[in-house]
Amino acid sequence: MLEIKDIHANINGKEILKGLILKVNPGEIHAIMGPNGAGKSTLASVLTGNPAFEVTHGSISFHGKDMLELSPEQRANEGIFLSFQYPVEIPGVSMVNFMRTAINEQRKYRQLEPISATDFLRLMREKKELVEMDNKLTNRSVNEGFSGGEKKRNEIFQMAMLDPDLSILDETDSGLDIDALRIVANGVNKLKTDKNATIVITHYQRLLDYIVPDFVHVLYDGRIVKTGDKNLALELEEKGYDWIKKEVDGE
Amino acid sequence: MKEINDEANSVATLTEWHEGAEYIKLYNQFNGQIKSHSAPLMNESRDASFGLFKSLGFPTNQLENYKYTDLKDPLSVEYGLNINRLKIPVNPYEVFQCDVPGIHSYLYFVLNDGFYPVRDKRNDALPDGVIIGSLSEIAQSHPALLKDYYGKMSTTKADGLIAFNGAFAQDGFFMYVPDNVQLDRPVQLVNIMRSDVDFMANSHNLIILGEGAKAQLLVCDHTMDKVRFTSNRVTEVFVGKNAVYEHYKLENTHAETTNMSNLLIRQEEASNVLANIITLHNGITRNTIEIDVDGEHCETMLCGIVLADKKQQVDNFTSIIHGKPNCKSNELFKYVLDDTAKGGFTGKLYVARDAQKTAAFQTNKNILLKRSAKMRTKPQLEIYADDVKCSHGATIGQLDENAMFYMRSRGISEAEARLLLMFAFTADVIDNIRIDALKDRIKMLVEKRLRGELSKCEGCVICQ
Ligand SMILES: Nc1ncnc2c1ncn2[C@@H]1O[C@H](COP(=O)(O)OP(=O)(O)OP(=O)(O)O)[C@@H](O)[C@H]1O
Ligand SMILES: [Mg+2]
Repeated sequence: MLEIKDIHANINGKEILKGLILKVNPGEIHAIMGPNGAGKSTLASVLTGNPAFEVTHGSISFHGKDMLELSPEQRANEGIFLSFQYPVEIPGVSMVNFMRTAINEQRKYRQLEPISATDFLRLMREKKELVEMDNKLTNRSVNEGFSGGEKKRNEIFQMAMLDPDLSILDETDSGLDIDALRIVANGVNKLKTDKNATIVITHYQRLLDYIVPDFVHVLYDGRIVKTGDKNLALELEEKGYDWIKKEVDGE
Repeated sequence: MKEINDEANSVATLTEWHEGAEYIKLYNQFNGQIKSHSAPLMNESRDASFGLFKSLGFPTNQLENYKYTDLKDPLSVEYGLNINRLKIPVNPYEVFQCDVPGIHSYLYFVLNDGFYPVRDKRNDALPDGVIIGSLSEIAQSHPALLKDYYGKMSTTKADGLIAFNGAFAQDGFFMYVPDNVQLDRPVQLVNIMRSDVDFMANSHNLIILGEGAKAQLLVCDHTMDKVRFTSNRVTEVFVGKNAVYEHYKLENTHAETTNMSNLLIRQEEASNVLANIITLHNGITRNTIEIDVDGEHCETMLCGIVLADKKQQVDNFTSIIHGKPNCKSNELFKYVLDDTAKGGFTGKLYVARDAQKTAAFQTNKNILLKRSAKMRTKPQLEIYADDVKCSHGATIGQLDENAMFYMRSRGISEAEARLLLMFAFTADVIDNIRIDALKDRIKMLVEKRLRGELSKCEGCVICQ
C-alpha cells in the first residue's frame, strides 16, 4: 500500500530525513518510536506533502501512485490522513463548515455528488459518538480554544469522518487523560479493517497496549534503525534509546 | 462643465489640478443657477463654502489626512455636473431590483446628485412624524426643523472636499425620526450613478434622530454606466439622547468610480451608534468617518471590511472623538487586498481631558494576498484623560500557512482553503451587522466576491 524508498528531506536547508525506508501493507499497524527531534513528525509532514519540507531524494508510492507528484489535498483524497501532533486553530471557520467542505472535496475527487444535508448530519452524529465528542466542540471554530486533549479527540473525529486508507497518528496519545486515551484508542480500533493501515507515532508503550502494533520501528537521526514486534516497545520503555544510539553511532 | 470646455482647458494648463480652477470658474459663472435649483437654507452657507474651497483646493496626498489617497487622476477628468437639475430619464424604482431578500426596507434613491421623487407603496407605512425625502424640498417646506442641523458639522471643517460639497451640493437625502419613534424596518438609500458622459455628483444627506429614537440606514452605492463617475457626498447625522442609530454603507461600484464620502456623526448622551462600512467593489474610494461622542454613557461601534483587487484603492480615514466621560468605543477594520490593490486606514482617537473612564479599542487587520498589494495603516491616538482604557493594534500579514496546510491535509483544495480563511477573517465584522437579512446577504456577497464572482445583488440589472 505504502512504499517509502530512501527518502531524504530538508527543512530550511537542513537535512532531517536521511534515507528512510518503510513499507506498509493493508491491515497492518506500524508503531514508530524514537527520541525527540529524530524526524518522526518530519516523516508525517513529508508523507502528507507539507510544502515547508523539500524532498531531495527517494520515492513515496501509495496505492501504486507517486505521492511526490501530488499536492497535499490530492494525497488526502487518495486516502492519507494525518492526526497532527499540534492541531492548528482556525478562528472563524466552523467545524461544521470545515468538515462539510472536506467531505465534499473528497467526494468531488472521487466524482461523487456533494453529500446531502441529512446524510452529512447523520455522519457527523455517528462519528461524534464513536469518539464521544461533545456537541459543543463541533459547534465551534476549528480547534479554537480547544484543550490539548479535545484537539486530539477532534483529530480522530476527523479521521472517522474522512475514512482514510492510511492514518498517521502523530503523538495522538499525548495530552489525553486516561479515559480519553481509552476512548480514542477504541475509536481507532473500531475504524480498523483489513483494508486500511495505521502508523502510530508515540513515545509511550501504554498506547500500544490499546492499539497493538504488528511492527515497531525506531527512528533515529532521520532513518529507521531498528524494527521489531510489539516487544521492542516494551524493551525501549525499560531501557531507553541509549543502547540503540550506541549501536548506530558505533557502526 | 462641457459648457466652458475650451476656456477651462487653457486655464488648466496654467494651474495645478488641485486648485480646481475650472470648478471655481464654473461656480462664478453659474452660482445663480446653482442657488435657484436648491434651497435657501442650503444657499446660506454656499458662498462661504466656496470661499473655503478656493483657499483649500482639492486635497492632495501631501496633506497628512490624505496621504493614502491620490485624487490627481480622477479629479483631472472633465466631468459633467447637473447644475440645472435636468431630469435623468430612468426610474430607479423600476430598474432597480437590488433588494436584500427579507430586508423589507423603506426604499429611497438618490439618482446621481438628486433625491428621486417617486414615492413607493412600501414607504407608506412609515410611522407618524417620520419625515424622509429630498433635502432641498424639506429645507424649503420645514426650514425650522433643519436650521439647527444643516451644515452644523460640515461647514466648519477645513476640508477641501467638504467645502467643495458645500458649494456645489444642491440636494440629497433627508431623514427625521422624532423623539421616541423607533423605525420597525431599515431604511435603504441607494445612490445610483447614471450618465452618458463622465459625471460628478455632489450630494448632502442630513439625518436627525430625536431623543429615544431608533433607525437603521443602509446606504448602497451603485454605478450604472461605463463612464467615469466621481461622487462627493457629505452625510451629517445627529443622534439624540438615548437614541440608537445604525449606519451600513455598502459600496458596489465599478472600477471607473471615484467615491468620496464624509460621514459626520454626533452622539448625544447615552446614545448608541453602529457604523459598518463595507467596500465590496470599487475604483478609488475615500471614506472619512468622524464620530463626535458628545454625551456621557454613549456606545460606539465603528467597523468595516474592504475587499479589493486589481488596481482598486480604498482609504478609510476614521476618527472618534471622546469629549465626555464614561463612553465606550470599539473600532474594527479588516482588509483583504489582492493584485496591486492599495489600502489605507487611519484610526484617529481623541480623548479629551474630561473624558475620564473612556474605554476605546481599535483594531485594523489586513491580509495581502500578493506581494504587489499595498496596505498602509496608522493609528493616531491623542489621549488627554488619565483614567481610561485604550488599546490599538494593527497587523499586516498573509494567510496563516499552518492553517492552509491543515485544511489541505483534509483534502480541501488550496483555493477553497484560501477562501475559507479569508471568509473567516471577515466574519467578525459581518457579525456586527444587526439586521439578519442584511447579514446573510452580505455573507453571501462577500463569499461570492472572494470567489472572484462578481458580487452584486441577485436579479440586479444595474450593476454590471
Ligand atoms: N521549521 C523548522 N526549521 C528548522 N528545523 C526544524 C523545523 N522543523 C523541524 N525542525 C527540526 O527537524 C528535526 C526533526 O523534527 P521532528 O519534528 O520531525 O522531530 P520528532 O521526531 O517528531 O520529535 P518529537 O518527538 O519531539 O516530536 C528537529 O531537530 C527539529 O528541530
Ligand atoms: Mg514530533
